[in-house]
Amino acid sequence: MYKIVKKEVLNQAVILMDVEAPYVSARCEAGQFVIVRLGEDGERIPLTIADFDREKNTVTIVFQTVGYSTKQMGKLEVGDGFDDFVGPLGKPAPFEKWDRVVGIAGGVGAAPLYPQLKKLSEQGVRCDVIIGGRSAEFVILAEKFKEFCENVYIMTDDGSLGEKGFGVDKLKELVANGEKYDHAIAIGPLIMMKFVVLATKEMNLPTAVSLNPIMIDGTGMCGGCRVTVGGETKFACVDGPDFDGFLVDFDECMKRQTFFKEEEHECMMKMGE
Amino acid sequence: MPNMSLTKVPMPQQEPDVRNKNFEEVATGYTAEMAIEEATRCLNCKHKPCVTGCPVNVPIPDFIEHVAAGEFEKAYEVITSENALPAICGRVCPQENQCEGKCVRGIKGEAVSIGRLERFVADYHMANGLKKNPDIEKNGIKVAVVGSGPAGITCAGELAKKGYDVTIFEALHKAGGVLSYGIPEFRLPKSLVAKELENVTDLGVDLETNVVVGRSITVDDLFEKGYQAVFLGTGAGLPNFLRIPGENLLGVYSANEFLTRVNLMKGYKKGEVPTPVKVGKKVAVVGAGNVAMDAARTAKRLGAEEVYIIY
Ligand SMILES: Cc1cc2nc3c(=O)[nH]c(=O)nc-3n(C[C@H](O)[C@H](O)[C@H](O)COP(=O)(O)OP(=O)(O)OC[C@H]3O[C@@H](n4cnc5c(N)ncnc54)[C@H](O)[C@@H]3O)c2cc1C
Ligand SMILES: Cc1cc2nc3c(=O)[nH]c(=O)nc-3n(C[C@H](O)[C@H](O)[C@H](O)COP(=O)(O)OP(=O)(O)OC[C@H]3O[C@@H](n4cnc5c(N)ncnc54)[C@H](O)[C@@H]3O)c2cc1C
Ligand code: SF4
Ligand code: FES
Repeated sequence: MYKIVKKEVLNQAVILMDVEAPYVSARCEAGQFVIVRLGEDGERIPLTIADFDREKNTVTIVFQTVGYSTKQMGKLEVGDGFDDFVGPLGKPAPFEKWDRVVGIAGGVGAAPLYPQLKKLSEQGVRCDVIIGGRSAEFVILAEKFKEFCENVYIMTDDGSLGEKGFGVDKLKELVANGEKYDHAIAIGPLIMMKFVVLATKEMNLPTAVSLNPIMIDGTGMCGGCRVTVGGETKFACVDGPDFDGFLVDFDECMKRQTFFKEEEHECMMKMGE
Repeated sequence: MPNMSLTKVPMPQQEPDVRNKNFEEVATGYTAEMAIEEATRCLNCKHKPCVTGCPVNVPIPDFIEHVAAGEFEKAYEVITSENALPAICGRVCPQENQCEGKCVRGIKGEAVSIGRLERFVADYHMANGLKKNPDIEKNGIKVAVVGSGPAGITCAGELAKKGYDVTIFEALHKAGGVLSYGIPEFRLPKSLVAKELENVTDLGVDLETNVVVGRSITVDDLFEKGYQAVFLGTGAGLPNFLRIPGENLLGVYSANEFLTRVNLMKGYKKGEVPTPVKVGKKVAVVGAGNVAMDAARTAKRLGAEEVYIIY
């Protein structure tokens, strides 16, 4: 069992947990993910590593309770644990020698973005972040970003925190006002990443995105996680999950994400949620 | 006087129209009487052509002789002197190309049903045999086995018998490799795989699941931790797509994804487990080997009305 040593409810739909997982904490890097499983017949749920502590042997996960399995996970408390917790999976985020990077997070995407910007700033890269959320409550980790980001911009759809609007609007404004970045990292819902990339293409601002297709094994064995990048089929679990946003076929990703919609809904109904 | 029947004693099995709706094992196995009858078809050939066809050199006529005499436990000992996984091999080995392909009885009529006999002996032992843990003299040498498919399990078992301290590292949450995630329940019940695996862990082999060697720990780390040898039994689990237009459309699966959902993630228990599986009304399976047949038969059992093998 992989023990939960800390649990924090970030908002009505997002939970943070620190889990003891020595193999993962020993070797993981920003951008990689784990797969967790609740129990005997549990689904394999991929989650990005949001932080880690090599001394305490813990890994932080931050997840949104969107469906059956994540809701079950949300019921766990400190002292409980996961039957399975495997990783680190995927490739570490591909970093280069940048001077100034802007991160754009949508919703729970702030969690996977956090270790990437943290690592970059440790390497001396100047970082700004734009955190977007539906409303105040859905803006997470803003305080933690402030520890190392030069500027933290907050955007909400309803204006209940920060400014009203989308993250991508803020980015356009910043760049129009003369801010210079040599790289962007966008993590959030597919539709948000798609629009960020549409904008950054025009600005000629290279942009990495993190893809979350439906996965099972996470080891390259099943091909279920395939995505088209630059006209080629890639397996997000081993070739990614971070890719060059300019090359990603977002429309295909969005379609594939919906494949099991009906079954997921049925599962919620039948399995009593 | 050997039994000169030209045909094998038939294998009892579920009726086609029953079995295409369930995930129970298709072939239900010989009874002791059937096994003895089939065993008497063996001519106990001096040159043992069947053994030359067996990749692990099971002394086939010797074990069959014991079966004919009703000495099933002795037959088990003979088989397991060379083969650690008889219940599995008896079911899924391609005997028609291997031992049975070489059997002299096959020249005129059908080969001796070596596979069915192997399966019978293994099942008999599981149901009736006593567990014996052999006296192993430990040599104190640590060996790491990466992957818990048939290759890894066999390697671990053999090394443990020789006294090595073996740890198997498996990437998935469950051991067995293709035996667990690929081959369906109706051809190879998972409870059986678990039992054969238990025979190996009973020899003192440690099994660590959820460790992806290369990611969770590297081969160099393993050597540093005192393992003096590393066996890579990682299989060949990379699906190859056809590189034709449309293969990323919804409703296109690799066999590995489809079968993993159904077997490892137990999608065959529809409505009882959270992992979804989608099967259309009309299914095309591209390919015609074991994998394709498993996918086609699984689709049928999950309710597809028409299933086509395209080859
Ligand atoms: C590499 C990767 C990293 C991820 N990181 C995070 C993270 O840090 N925080 C977070 O909240 N979520 C993350 N996700 C998404 C998370 O895995 C899904 O939200 C979760 O699997 C939903 O399961 P469910 O049973 O609760 O919901 P369901 O009702 O089963 O599904 C809801 C939606 O989630 C998606 N989904 C379902 N099953 C899977 C699956 N096996 N793999 C991927 N997506 C699936 C589908 O789009 C589906 O429509 C990540 C996904 C991937 C692939
Ligand atoms: C659907 C299907 C049906 C088949 N039917 C038959 C049949 O009827 N008869 C027959 O003879 N053959 C059959 N085969 C082929 C047979 O299953 C394989 O040849 C056999 O399983 C190979 O065994 P293996 O131990 O080398 O690898 P696998 O069974 O593939 O096992 C490899 C194991 O290693 C693990 N692994 C991989 N990478 C790592 C890593 N980095 N760290 C830790 N663990 C890792 C994997 O998760 C897996 O569990 C079939 C194959 C399939 C897919
Ligand atoms: S070849 Fe056939 S008949 Fe001859 S020993 Fe082997 S199984 Fe028996
Ligand atoms: S999740 Fe199976 S290959 Fe990526």
